[in-house]
Amino acid sequence: MNAKRLDAVFAFLIAATGVTWFVGESGSAGPAAVSLILGLAGVKGWLVIREFMLLRHASTLWNLVVGGWLAFVLAMIATTYWKALP
Amino acid sequence: MNDTLVGTVPISATAARHPPGDLAIWVFILAELLAFGVFFAVYAIVRMGHVELFDAMQPNLDRNAGAINTVLLLAASWGVARAVAAIERGRQAISGRWLGFAILCGFGFLVVKAFEYAAKFRAGINLATNDFYMFYLSLTFFHFMHVILGLAILIGVWAKTRAGGYSAADHHGMETGAAYWHMVDLVWIILFPLVYVMR
Repeated sequence: MNAKRLDAVFAFLIAATGVTWFVGESGSAGPAAVSLILGLAGVKGWLVIREFMLLRHASTLWNLVVGGWLAFVLAMIATTYWKALP
Repeated sequence: MNDTLVGTVPISATAARHPPGDLAIWVFILAELLAFGVFFAVYAIVRMGHVELFDAMQPNLDRNAGAINTVLLLAASWGVARAVAAIERGRQAISGRWLGFAILCGFGFLVVKAFEYAAKFRAGINLATNDFYMFYLSLTFFHFMHVILGLAILIGVWAKTRAGGYSAADHHGMETGAAYWHMVDLVWIILFPLVYVMR
């Protein structure tokens, strides 16, 4: 593993967390805000899966299973959110 | 070229297709992800029927504590990843220090969460308060218990690293512990926006 690559991933993860925190603290609500925070959660999760859990060295099947879990959970959350909109 | 051959394919080449760590921990990780996935689904579905309640209760959560805990878990995962990177180069002392950093971050998470829970309990909030707090307390406590288990694993890996039990050639156990810890982090990455921010 490349240490600089891990540091860059960590820096992005922290920055993305800051954005999510700001969305929450500013009281932002609605589809745009939710799309942003769920999208960021997806990118963060994918980076953890690929770079920290090192699935980028594993087979496509393993990436599909774990990445598919992430995509399915986020899609399900987004779907229920949209269905609940007035 | 010391690879043992299976037919014409070296074992090392086929093993590389699996994620790092013991295959058994990955089966366990998949089971944990499934459990959390069901929990998230139930939260999202129940929220769909009680949007007003969830939106009214959520601002009472401490998002600063949630964000600090996100940073602590990410930092711990980063430390664990750096520890694995260090041991791959045979640098045991540095690997041990990164693991120590990760363990401190993990304990920091528990302390922040304990203060967060204490504030809620002082306010008279418990599992029976309403559906939102039932989910908030049970979902975050379920994760809290996983952090404790993850920390116990990391402490074991740290102790073995300090004792010289891992090397560049043999660090399978560290990769196994690391995989579990990253799973704990991955789950929180979804939990934080879902429970603390989404409205």
